[in-house]
Amino acid sequence: MAIVTVGDVARKNAQTLQGAGRDVGGTIFRIAVAGTLYVSLLIIGVLIFDVLFDGWDQLSTRLGGFLSGTLRSRSIDDKLGVHQGLYGSFWIAAFVAIIAFPTGIAAAIYLEEYANQNRTTRFIELAIRNLSGVPSVVYGLLGLFLFVEKNTILGFIGLGWLVDLTGGPTPISAGLTLAILVLPIVIITSQEAIRAVPSGLKEGAYGVGATKSEMIRTQVLPYAAPGILTGTLLSMSRAIGEAAPLILIGAISGGLTANPSFVDVTALQDRFTALPILIVTWVSQRGRDEGFATAAAAAIVVLLVVVLLLNMTAILLRNRFEKKRG
Amino acid sequence: MENVVSEQQSKSPDTGTDTRRAEGPKVEGDVVFALSNVNVFYGAFRAVRDVNLQIHEQEITAFIGPSGCGKTTVLRCLNRMNDLIAIARVEGDLRYHGMDLYANGVDAVEVRRRIGMVFQKPNPFPKSIYDNVAYGPRITGMVKKKKGGDLDDIVENALRKAAIWDEAKDRLDSSALGMSGGQQQRLCIARAIATNPDVLLMDEPCSALDPIATAHIEDLMQQIKSEYSIVIVTHNMQQAARVSDRTAFFSVEVNPDSDTRTGVLVEYDHTDRIFSNPADPRTESYVTGRFG
Repeated sequence: MAIVTVGDVARKNAQTLQGAGRDVGGTIFRIAVAGTLYVSLLIIGVLIFDVLFDGWDQLSTRLGGFLSGTLRSRSIDDKLGVHQGLYGSFWIAAFVAIIAFPTGIAAAIYLEEYANQNRTTRFIELAIRNLSGVPSVVYGLLGLFLFVEKNTILGFIGLGWLVDLTGGPTPISAGLTLAILVLPIVIITSQEAIRAVPSGLKEGAYGVGATKSEMIRTQVLPYAAPGILTGTLLSMSRAIGEAAPLILIGAISGGLTANPSFVDVTALQDRFTALPILIVTWVSQRGRDEGFATAAAAAIVVLLVVVLLLNMTAILLRNRFEKKRG
Repeated sequence: MENVVSEQQSKSPDTGTDTRRAEGPKVEGDVVFALSNVNVFYGAFRAVRDVNLQIHEQEITAFIGPSGCGKTTVLRCLNRMNDLIAIARVEGDLRYHGMDLYANGVDAVEVRRRIGMVFQKPNPFPKSIYDNVAYGPRITGMVKKKKGGDLDDIVENALRKAAIWDEAKDRLDSSALGMSGGQQQRLCIARAIATNPDVLLMDEPCSALDPIATAHIEDLMQQIKSEYSIVIVTHNMQQAARVSDRTAFFSVEVNPDSDTRTGVLVEYDHTDRIFSNPADPRTESYVTGRFG
């Protein structure tokens, strides 16, 4: 009887090394995750192809007129176009940028760097998280209550002047409402970016005698800038795409004749519309006038281009900041 | 007060066997830090108990001991870095050149401008080499202009003292993150001494470095100790024996009723005595490698 040594066993076991590709579960998982990616890409592709195809009549023959035109009662109209919507969306974006971004980033700095970690702070953070999940139509109601209609409660709590400031159902009201809508998202994404700043950098700054505000200005903000920027610009895309709150605030879907240029600030005190409202309006009118289906598709293409441009800006800026921070 | 200190120290005369300190008769430096009955708490947990020691000017003082013995905690008390931890609390008397560091009205920022710190993990800022070194002088207002002139001199001086000028001079404008770990740590030392502090605290500055980089840092410490009092925390007993003039050995006490661990200062003396003839048996068993 041959003696079996440890070496014999190892040599025998070595034969079983061949068996590559037996990780069936792993293969299935890989196909599944790759599959979902391709399905999402396919859906986006179909969507873009569909709106381009449907809106092609408008986009190919009269792009300039479509971009400078207004709301019309008939789709066969030389002056039909999205300029009023672009005006509204542009100023909504401006108000979101001016109001929500500084406020949100400041709130995030406070919560991450200054606030004591106590029950109150935790409650505030929980509230912000919940607010980011509140349906946008609820924010529409809030905007209607705060900025658009005078009412006794508002007067009673001393905020009646808000309606005088906004002038009722105007781009200002819409901008303020959407600024409140995106504020929780801006705060949360900025908080996460600030939290990701390595503690070594903070200690290094403190170690050479930086004050807290110097440390935040010279270390935290530059390091967190790419993350903050991505979050804020994505929230901007969301604000531009919202229709439901604007409907409640009183965005106009027909009979708006004024067509102010982008820099005309006097029109901020007038009635308004926005790109998503135009889309909703024209889709709803396609039963009466089939040409509006084409106009709606073309308006969707315009909205998509605006949002994609914003996202591209976000990515480019982020890459620049990231390169800078090394 | 300094005379009293000298008398106390003269009870343990320098044996003179160490060639590194053969430059002449040993002169006792002034006391930079005087700690009496210092306790540090994290919340209700006492991390360090009753530390009494005096750190002298122009010397290298090493804190050694096993993990969790509180040596880093004590080090971070010296420039009030523990203030950054919300639950940390320091009790006892901690004096810097006779001033109570924790007295009301003492500005921790001012403390840190005089007492620089080098951290365990090299933490250069994601900026250029120049901007890293210039960071302190800029924010502390040492220079009037934010560029050129005086600042250039300060940066060059600090980099020279930190023995990294030759490696850095041709790439001052490139990112500090492109340097090796050892270079980054010397850059951090340059950054710490650029504000011209009085004391340099080093928290295991070589633990992330290879032996050659470690040797660089140790040489550098010897070169700059005539200008700065240095306190170094190290896990490496050979390092403490090589570089330091005095050594404090910390150990851990397990509290029997709560199963928590508290750091205590076991013994503090000249380094050669700690390593050749320690007074406490715990020190002896640690430095001879029987525990820890």
